[in-house]
Amino acid sequence: MSDIHQHSVAYVRDSMLPEAPPPATETGIIKWMRENLFSGVSNSILTLAALAAVYYLLAGFLPWLLNGIWDAPSLRACRDILQGDVGGCFAVLTERWNQLLFGFKYPSEEYWRPTMAFVLLFAAAAPVMFPNHVPRGLFIFTGLYPFLAYWLIWGGPILSPVFGLVGFVVGYLVWNRLVAQSFAAGFFGAIAAAMVTWWIGGMIVEAMASESTLLAAVPSRDMGGFMLNMILGTVCVSLSIPFGIALALGRQSDMPIIKWICVLFIEFIRGVPLITLLFVANVVLAYFLPPGTAFDLILRVIIMITMFASAYIAEVIRGGLAALPKGQYEAADSLGLDYPQAMRLIILPQALKISIPGIVNVAVGLFKDTTLVSVISMFDLVGMIRGPILASTEWNGVYWELLGFAALLFFVVCYGISQYSQWLERQLQTEHR
Amino acid sequence: MTTFSDPPRESFRLSMLINDTRYRSYTFQFIALLLVIALFAYLGSNLMQNLRDAGLNISYEFLGEPSGYDINQTLIEYDSRSSHWRASVAGILNTLLVAFLGCLTATILGVIVGVLRLSKNWLVRKLMAGYVEAFRNVPVLIWIIIIFTVMTAVLPAPSAFRGDDPARTMLLDAFAFTNRGVYIPKPVWLEGSGIVVGVFIASVIGMFVYRRYATKLLYDTGKLLPMGWPSLVILIVPTLLIFFILGRPIALDYPALKGFNFQGGIQIRGSLIALWLALAVYTGAFIAENVRAGILAVSKGQTEAAASLGLRPGRIMNLVILPQALRVIIPPVISQYLNLTKNSSLAIAVGYMDITGTLGGITLNQTGRAIETVLLLMLFYLAISLTISGVMNLYNNSVKLKER
Repeated sequence: MSDIHQHSVAYVRDSMLPEAPPPATETGIIKWMRENLFSGVSNSILTLAALAAVYYLLAGFLPWLLNGIWDAPSLRACRDILQGDVGGCFAVLTERWNQLLFGFKYPSEEYWRPTMAFVLLFAAAAPVMFPNHVPRGLFIFTGLYPFLAYWLIWGGPILSPVFGLVGFVVGYLVWNRLVAQSFAAGFFGAIAAAMVTWWIGGMIVEAMASESTLLAAVPSRDMGGFMLNMILGTVCVSLSIPFGIALALGRQSDMPIIKWICVLFIEFIRGVPLITLLFVANVVLAYFLPPGTAFDLILRVIIMITMFASAYIAEVIRGGLAALPKGQYEAADSLGLDYPQAMRLIILPQALKISIPGIVNVAVGLFKDTTLVSVISMFDLVGMIRGPILASTEWNGVYWELLGFAALLFFVVCYGISQYSQWLERQLQTEHR
Repeated sequence: MTTFSDPPRESFRLSMLINDTRYRSYTFQFIALLLVIALFAYLGSNLMQNLRDAGLNISYEFLGEPSGYDINQTLIEYDSRSSHWRASVAGILNTLLVAFLGCLTATILGVIVGVLRLSKNWLVRKLMAGYVEAFRNVPVLIWIIIIFTVMTAVLPAPSAFRGDDPARTMLLDAFAFTNRGVYIPKPVWLEGSGIVVGVFIASVIGMFVYRRYATKLLYDTGKLLPMGWPSLVILIVPTLLIFFILGRPIALDYPALKGFNFQGGIQIRGSLIALWLALAVYTGAFIAENVRAGILAVSKGQTEAAASLGLRPGRIMNLVILPQALRVIIPPVISQYLNLTKNSSLAIAVGYMDITGTLGGITLNQTGRAIETVLLLMLFYLAISLTISGVMNLYNNSVKLKER
């Protein structure tokens, strides 16, 4: 082209310029800052305001944290060491560490038992949480774990958890034998067999009660601290999932009576605050039990929280069931599967997969709500802080260190779970991206 | 080929109740109903037995008896000679008060944070994410206790405001933050204040009429009237004029330090503020996530289409994005309001006398009528939940995408 215009155009470049680096304002950190922090007047003001906020937060927080005292017998001693400087008195955490974690009544020489149960929880949860990254053989351990953990934490005769386990095994065997004939026969047969086993086991355990035990029994009312939150959280979430599935299926059922029983239950539970249900567990439930039954408070609370959680989980799973395309239900019918088969083999695996994020949300919410038991004078982490520790003469007034510790502990657990759920969501995504 | 005819009509046999899918569902429902009735009968008979053993009965007469306890902050006239029923009503009003304040504050906070989380500014985005994660992942009970501790242990006693050179001074000479609560000025309605309020209500109506007229004019003739400043003028000017013409009929009663405590003004207890703020910041974090999700749910094509029509960014937000985002945002936000109302029952942890504190707390302990009080408590919360979810269903039906 240039030769055509060489007479009409004054100057035409016919050689390339050497490559030059981009201007300093268009590379690296300066470019990033210009785009992300100072892209306009209002944006710059926002940035400065945010910087000021961060500065004031850190200026207040860091000296308190870095100047903290980690070793002192009481708040007074802490203040003596600090001599008027700003600083946290974290000595309360080191001094009352065991109380914060295990409550003030759990026998101190047995602390290794709940600790071990907690460590083993990870091994038991791993095959459920990371099914593709952990050998499948560990599933056996997951099945054993509830009985092992019960024995570790509560102690007492080893026969009772063993018979609990045997009952499930017998039930499973009966189910395996009968389910080929019909689902109902397998289901009810399994329940009956398990019941019989537990009944016999109960009599045997009672007969051998005098026998000395390997692990000393710890009564439920001695549970406390963060351990109580963990116990309530894990037990209630894992129990509420099967109940939630049953309630969700019941609510979707086309049998009006069953549907309405489930709807009433779910809507009632979701309509009242957890505190009122805890009041029920604390003061009302005893009226509805046969005269003379002494029921553990912790067991009553577990029952009520499980009811509470299963109503919420039922709603999540119902969402999953409703989100499945109708074609899946019709395809299952056209294969000639009956209702239990269709549910077990086709519908539930997909519906549960969709509901996992929702279930995890409910689980996180429930774990946070376990702190509410402090209102009915149980000494969980918050109850321990507000009760025995802040009321003691040594540590009266150490609010921020204790409450901050509790907040941090819950934050770590809940944030971890929600990050896991997001990771799982990405793993389970089978759609094309 | 064989021809099909109707299957032979069988007479009904008992075994069909189990084997025939037409009748099996009746069997199941019958069994389920029987089980539920049996469960209730069992629980009921236990209840009767237990009550007889304890010499109790179910009766609501205690509601009429004098309560004998004081409530430190009420919206209605109440003293310790009032009945338990009146104490419950005072509690209900306190619950509604903190729920209303909490919902309002949580919405404002949630919308601001939700929008800022989508800001182009990296620092602001991260700060807001930090806020959301910090508050969502820590139990609300801990937040309530933390803010309550600030209100009672960190704020100065009223005596700090005393003297010629006090350690603390009142903000604008009108607000005092003390460990007994926050004191704010109280409006005093003098003669003629009714007219001012009436004029204000009239100008609010007038503002909406003007806006509607301007919209109609725009749609009919394409003529664009200014919206912003005329609305403000209509809203403020007449009220101010009449306020000064009538000689300031609405005065303020300022709190002042007398003796050991502040007198005058309105005292807001630390427990109310702790509950209110904690519920607001906690629920605000959830609402922020709902707002963010709602705005992200509007596809980018909508923004681009609106831009290609030549709309300005502000109008794109108002006319295109928000109406679509609100449909996604509002249902979860309403269920957050429901959660906030239910969480307000945590008032009992800081001694704020809401319905859980009066009926489910002191009344229960004084009368020992556990079953009746807990039942009433549940019915109250159930009524609120059903009302709110009824409103939500109405809204959902009205904004549902009309599909064929």
